[in-house]
Amino acid sequence: MSRILVVDDEAPIRRFLRISLGANGHQVAEAENGAEALALVRADPPDLVILDLGLPDMDGQEVVSAIRDISPVPILILSVRAGEADKVEALDRGAEDYVAKPFGIAELMARVRVALRRAPLAATSSIIQAGPVSIDPDRRIVTRDGAELRLSRREQDLLFALARHADHVLTHRQILREVWGPAHVEDTAYLRVYIGQLRHKLEEKPAEPVLIVTEPGVGYRLRTDVG
Amino acid sequence: MTMAPADADRPNPDALLEQANREKRGRLKIFLGAAPGVGKTYAMLEAAQAVRRDGGDVVVGIVETHGRAETERLVAGLEVLPRARLDYRGRAFQEMDLDAILIRRPKLVLVDELAHTNIPGSRHLRRWQDVEELLGAGIDVWSTLNVQHLESLNDIVERIAGIKVRETLPDSVLRAADEIEMVDLPPPELRQRLAEGKVYVPAQAQRAAEKFFSIGNLTALREMALRQAAERVDAQMLSYMRSHGIAGPWPTRDRILVAIPAAPLALRLVRAAKRMAERRQMPWTVAHVETHRHANLSDADKAHVTQAFRLTQQLGGEIAALTGDDITGELLGWARANNVSQIVLGRTRRTRRLFGRSLTGDMLKRASDHDILLVGGVEEEARPSGQPQRPPAAPLWTGWKAYAWSGLAVGVASLISWGVYTVLPVGNVSLVYLLAVLLIATRFGLIPSVITALVAFFAFNYLFTEPRYTFSVSDSDDLLTIGFFLVAAIFTGQLASRLRRQIEVTRTSQRRTANLYDFSRKVSSAASEDDVLWAVVHHVAATLKAKVLILLPDGGDLSIRAGYPPEDTLDQRAAAAALWAWGNGQRAGRGSQTLPAADWLFLPLRTQRGTVGVMGVQMDGADGYLSTEQERLLDTLSDQAALALERTQLVQDIEAAQVAQEKEQLRAALLSSLSHDLRTPLVSILGAATSLITYEEALDRSARLELTQTIQEEAERLNRFVQNLLDMTRLGSGGLKPKTDWADLSDIIGRALARARPLLKGHKVKVDLAPGLPLLQLDPVLMEQVFFNLLDNAAKYSPAGTAITVWARRQGSQVTAEICDQGPGIPPADQERVFDMFYRVQQGDKQTAGTGLGLAIAKGLVEAHGGTIGVMSGIHGVGASLVVRLPIPEGPPAAAPETE
Repeated sequence: MSRILVVDDEAPIRRFLRISLGANGHQVAEAENGAEALALVRADPPDLVILDLGLPDMDGQEVVSAIRDISPVPILILSVRAGEADKVEALDRGAEDYVAKPFGIAELMARVRVALRRAPLAATSSIIQAGPVSIDPDRRIVTRDGAELRLSRREQDLLFALARHADHVLTHRQILREVWGPAHVEDTAYLRVYIGQLRHKLEEKPAEPVLIVTEPGVGYRLRTDVG
Repeated sequence: MTMAPADADRPNPDALLEQANREKRGRLKIFLGAAPGVGKTYAMLEAAQAVRRDGGDVVVGIVETHGRAETERLVAGLEVLPRARLDYRGRAFQEMDLDAILIRRPKLVLVDELAHTNIPGSRHLRRWQDVEELLGAGIDVWSTLNVQHLESLNDIVERIAGIKVRETLPDSVLRAADEIEMVDLPPPELRQRLAEGKVYVPAQAQRAAEKFFSIGNLTALREMALRQAAERVDAQMLSYMRSHGIAGPWPTRDRILVAIPAAPLALRLVRAAKRMAERRQMPWTVAHVETHRHANLSDADKAHVTQAFRLTQQLGGEIAALTGDDITGELLGWARANNVSQIVLGRTRRTRRLFGRSLTGDMLKRASDHDILLVGGVEEEARPSGQPQRPPAAPLWTGWKAYAWSGLAVGVASLISWGVYTVLPVGNVSLVYLLAVLLIATRFGLIPSVITALVAFFAFNYLFTEPRYTFSVSDSDDLLTIGFFLVAAIFTGQLASRLRRQIEVTRTSQRRTANLYDFSRKVSSAASEDDVLWAVVHHVAATLKAKVLILLPDGGDLSIRAGYPPEDTLDQRAAAAALWAWGNGQRAGRGSQTLPAADWLFLPLRTQRGTVGVMGVQMDGADGYLSTEQERLLDTLSDQAALALERTQLVQDIEAAQVAQEKEQLRAALLSSLSHDLRTPLVSILGAATSLITYEEALDRSARLELTQTIQEEAERLNRFVQNLLDMTRLGSGGLKPKTDWADLSDIIGRALARARPLLKGHKVKVDLAPGLPLLQLDPVLMEQVFFNLLDNAAKYSPAGTAITVWARRQGSQVTAEICDQGPGIPPADQERVFDMFYRVQQGDKQTAGTGLGLAIAKGLVEAHGGTIGVMSGIHGVGASLVVRLPIPEGPPAAAPETE
């Protein structure tokens, strides 16, 4: 049972979101523009904000920043498919994840679940299981079907970074900053090389990755819900 | 052993560049022979057969077999391109078909007789120019050449063989050849072949041939050919060494400077300089110094300079036209500035300048760091540069006038002196005469002033020195006085006349500068391209006293854009020359090397961005050629014109870029509108539908109903949008034609209101339709769409709970219908644009999900019915009001409506 704020200027969209989120046992508040949304977040911080980037009164990106200034509440972005740059910017500004419009309700609900159980992972330092791969950041051990994998220091750092945000998308810049340092946020070539190496060691079919998936134009996501 | 400087081993960049350029062009191989009959064509064909056997792509552009069987056998098996037929003076001639070769684009083409002169009317004057074009197109060319055709050997051949060779070939062509094959045959064998009839000699030249093919001549020609080939080898070696960075000793890049007079000697000097430069591997420049006397030269003399300059360019030299009265000084100044080591002058016999030295003497004295070379000339030809043929006051009557004036001046001076003499000593009288000399000198120049001085001298002597009225002088004081007088008179006369000349030169150059200034002012003040064109043609025509045209590219073609006097057609030759000038960025037509048969001369208007157009000039004079001065002026004017044109074209480009940018913005707006308007309903539909499927169990009945309604409403919204889009497309392509019939507007508005009811749920709708509205000629379906769109618009742009009023009345010859809302209204600035496609008024607090098409479609449809649509402020200045006016058709409806 979580309290979710839906921010969208389209009444029909708010309506079906209210109904389906309600059917999942969430309590839904609605805002049809940015100012209203900020007022609601300030007055009574929700557990999750679902935010449409195309708002009539202010730029959705600014809404993301403004919410971040007053609350650590996870933000789920609704964005059109072609807007990769928008997605990246919103994620870099601190949004949790995004869903491209139009979307099926199941996809949205999966994202909502992940977003609601985010963050505490790093603190709990639990072992992360992604398909046949289990990742233990504390002991710096990665095994696949029980057998320990030999990863270089950088490969480990990269994998742990993805694991800390398991099931969340991480932008290229976020990964680069965390693993290589702030001076290298533009060096996406490094990233592609190491992701390739990791996939060769972790994935069953490195050409069709299922664990470390590419979010085109945005970044990467480590999936733990692999069967 | 010498140490090379550090960078001496580095390949010379210029040499490398030259090599790179050569690699893109086709390669030229010349089969060089000493005389006809040595077997050049045979050797070329033999080599071509070998290439063909190796699978090479070789075709015969033109080969003259002169009916000799052994040569014809060698042609067999090669692809021979058909020749072009040309009519000239009623006779048909065959020439090589240049265009056919360019279209066929073989790897290698055989072109016999490089020095051949084409039939007038061909594209180029000379075949070697055809070959240039082929090479430029990347086609390899093999050709044949007899050494006597070389331009620089022209004089020598004439002297040795006693024949004047008319078909000469610029040496630069041979020099630029990538390969030369010497086809050699010892003279006795050649004579034997001649005797056996194996050498083709035209029937009318039999006797001349006998003389030409003497052993002596042949030996001399053979030696020349061998030397040419040998010099070539040297040149190639040098070029190779340079481009591969092999250490020197290099011949320094000094320059030979040739000073030419305005006399027949000029041509000879040019040829001599060319030979000298060739032998020494030096660049060379031909200079002519134009003094103030230039204006007095006969046209024939001026033509010598023009011809010499043309020949220079043909032979691959550079030209320099200098101005100034100090010929030696000008030449030396140029020489120092341009690294000239050797100065070539024509030998002069006489000196004409009274108080100056001959050019040769002057040069020898002042040119301390240059080698001076003298070239012997025929006596009559020997005049230093710029020296006029006749005394300055060339036309006879001005001379006569000058002398009459000088007589008069002396007479008046004598009269005044008579008066002065009574009161002052005799010495003072001379001053009065001096005044007269000075006057004549400033007015008529040197010679009349000297004559005046002499006449005054005698008048003074006769009238005033003792014994008076005789030409004898008794007093030694007087003798001294009149002696000094004569010297002073001549001296001051010369000074005064020089002053006058300098003023004249200044005036001429001032006129030239003023002309150019005037021109640049005119063209720079012209704003539009048409104004610039008009200013250019008008000014050039007035300055050169010629007809002037400007052609600009128009699609793939050139079209005449301005002419003075106006001209709108060109004959075929002129048009071809214009196109060539445009395509090749070089001048073409009359007076040039390309298509000289045309009546017009065409100059490319070149700027840094490339050729922007072509200027055509047709001189009114008998021969239609330009003088050097006119050419120089024309060059300057055409440069200025090109810059001015470029400027206007840049402005046009900027405007075009702005239009393109606006289009791009519209396109972006359209795309974002499409993506927003199509996707927003889809998001709701997909979301609601998947919710229904996924949570069917968990949803209560009202929630399910709400979701289903969402799907329906959003699907309808999508449908409206798609309908609008289709209507707009059909309107835009003219595919939407109203099917008009007598219709009742109230009825139509009623149906639109019914259809829009779901959209108007939140509004109070007031309808006020005047009873008895006349029937109109309308397409009921389309007109319903108009009112639906207007209602939709009103609902979207006014808050829920406000009123929407619909009323209609008859007003004069039309029916006016209005739909008023109580929304925020439309700012006056936007009232024009609300009917533009994809335009939406920016809203303060809420972006309404409009299509941006509704009003545009309404406007299109109303106008298709002959009506108008406009926007104004709503009732009592609140909100917006959209007003539709439809015309009432003349004549009653065919059948009266039943309601009446």
